[in-house]
Amino acid sequence: MMIADILTGAIRSGTSVMLASQGELISERAGVINLGTEGSMLCGALGGFAVTVWTGNPWLGVLAGGIAGMLISAIHAFLVLACGANQLATGLTIMFFGMGVTSFLGRGFVSEQIVGFNPVPIPFLSDIPFIGGILFNHDPLTYLAILFVPCLWYVLFRTRLGIVLRATGERQEVLFASGINPKLVRYLAVLAGGFLAGVGGVQLSVAFTHSWVENMTQGRGVVAVALVIFASWMPARAMLGAYLFGAAQALQLTVQQQGLPISPFFLFMVPYLLTLAALLIVERKQRSLMPESLGKVFAGDGAR
Amino acid sequence: MNHTRKAFRTTLMLGVLALSMLVSACSQPGAAPSPSGAAEGGEAAAPGTGGSAIGFIFVGTKDDHGYNQAAYIGSEAVEQAFPDMKVLRSENVPETAEAERVMEQMIKNGAKIIFPTSYGHLEPSLNVAKRHPDVAFFHQGGLKTADNLGTYFGTIWEPNYLAGVTAAQMSKTGKLGFIVSVPIPQVLLNVNAFQLGAQSVNPDATTSVVFTGSWCDPGQQANAANSLIDAGADVLGQHQDCTKTVIETAERRGVMSVGYHTDASALAPEGWLTGSVWNWSDLFVDMTRTAIDGSFKGSIYDGKYRGMLKDDVVQLTDFGASVPEDVRTYVLEQKQAIIDGTLHPFAGPVKDQEGNVKIEEGAEPDAEELEATDYLVEGVIGSIPK
Repeated sequence: MMIADILTGAIRSGTSVMLASQGELISERAGVINLGTEGSMLCGALGGFAVTVWTGNPWLGVLAGGIAGMLISAIHAFLVLACGANQLATGLTIMFFGMGVTSFLGRGFVSEQIVGFNPVPIPFLSDIPFIGGILFNHDPLTYLAILFVPCLWYVLFRTRLGIVLRATGERQEVLFASGINPKLVRYLAVLAGGFLAGVGGVQLSVAFTHSWVENMTQGRGVVAVALVIFASWMPARAMLGAYLFGAAQALQLTVQQQGLPISPFFLFMVPYLLTLAALLIVERKQRSLMPESLGKVFAGDGAR
Repeated sequence: MNHTRKAFRTTLMLGVLALSMLVSACSQPGAAPSPSGAAEGGEAAAPGTGGSAIGFIFVGTKDDHGYNQAAYIGSEAVEQAFPDMKVLRSENVPETAEAERVMEQMIKNGAKIIFPTSYGHLEPSLNVAKRHPDVAFFHQGGLKTADNLGTYFGTIWEPNYLAGVTAAQMSKTGKLGFIVSVPIPQVLLNVNAFQLGAQSVNPDATTSVVFTGSWCDPGQQANAANSLIDAGADVLGQHQDCTKTVIETAERRGVMSVGYHTDASALAPEGWLTGSVWNWSDLFVDMTRTAIDGSFKGSIYDGKYRGMLKDDVVQLTDFGASVPEDVRTYVLEQKQAIIDGTLHPFAGPVKDQEGNVKIEEGAEPDAEELEATDYLVEGVIGSIPK
């Protein structure tokens, strides 16, 4: 019972992080680190919330949130790819820019109410004992998010598009030699990543909490970036990591209610400690799977 | 090649992790209240006089259905009462040295009276107060004062006790949930009052308390609310700055809620029971007038002022539609008894979670004693950092 509650909570609270980590994964597979994911999530959360308020349609909110996340990541893409700016520094700047701009623009939305996404139990499947409640009693956006992961895996590892994307992150010279512009691929990858991070923000504001508050992502975007490394740039592992983070958050809330004499302040660290521990284990056990050109900008002749 | 790649990767992931901790840590205001007496020194005349403006700083936004909204409404009352004074407001002021900068700016713009309205604005305010003995500060909720800095608050635990009475009478499971931020005395006091109220009508009632570590993190609030509901709680209370998410989550999950800070009954037409709220307007106006008149020192406001239910500084809101007549009548009787002084929510004996007597039989602690609360009462499930 308690385990089922924790796992349900893991999906509820981990899905926004999961979406953002899938987005970051695409971007990093193409060789661009985007620490601005936090900013993209915030823009998505606000954009999605605002459009849902205006139109009453949460699906339009998803679209708007995705576009908002994409727009701010476009700034990152431009600075990094066109101007050759440092990826880490630019990403940080984008993160703080996202925080500031959404706090400013979002002031009027704090008190707004929306209908948003609500859980839709899947017939029959949701009646399965244990599993049913955990997996099949969520909102439509969460279902879509989960289904997206195998799709992304398929595209990355079973299609030509996936090869091109991965080649951009590994050996952009080869890609360039075969007549594809690596910069273009990177632009598209960063934009796609921003879109997904934005949708992750929408999941947080329109599906999970039905609220907008300034800086409501509270570091979830940064965790998403960390998870991609933990996941060795593999979609399913990133999903696992995100739900591990969600489970740790749900766990600490459940543990508190048991009245165990453990300090809540210690429990607040648990999600981060677990992630850190996971990172260290993965680091020891595995050879590095990092895209070889991550962080570098291709500046070969003719690519400008 | 492989070696540098690995080093880069390790650096990257450690950096990212450190960053994630930093970002999340920034959102968790520290909580280390250390009560102390008034500071000495300062010989400037009549703080608060001769200004052309009055400053208000808020830690959040003005329409958070919560703490900041309540204080903002108070600032509007001041604006109306003193039309020839300019009211300067600054929202989203962090509880850091940034707050000092904002207050200094307000003083430059003519403010001789400043209301720092968040608990964590106290230390920055004390620093600014020392530099400007001619400026009067009214800090909300602080446990320290200075020559020109008084603190005000309300005994919100009184209506919270009544909210607990209401909650226990309406609950079917006898399991109540309470979502809080960080373990400062005022928070613990609210949890305790809520549980004591609940216990007074149902000795078996329990209150599960959950700390989110933040004053306003909707994600954690929704998590906490869902988690409490999953565990069987059917009434949720809270001590958070923004209250909307918890109340709406409770409503969507079909359980009841009691509000805090401001009347948010519109958010939960089905499940809203009642709420504990601030009524700062009259108090803010009176404090401002006292300071402008030059009588700050020696007034009731130059130390720690605590407004009570009988002063109408704290209130219990109207009941929600679902609360039946007999419950309303009973709760209102209890409220009258508190106002009359015949009922004290913390009348001894009060025991902590381990069963130790914290308030002796027959004792009726005053606000100052209660604000040193560092324990949870019997019947509360959950723990505080020791």
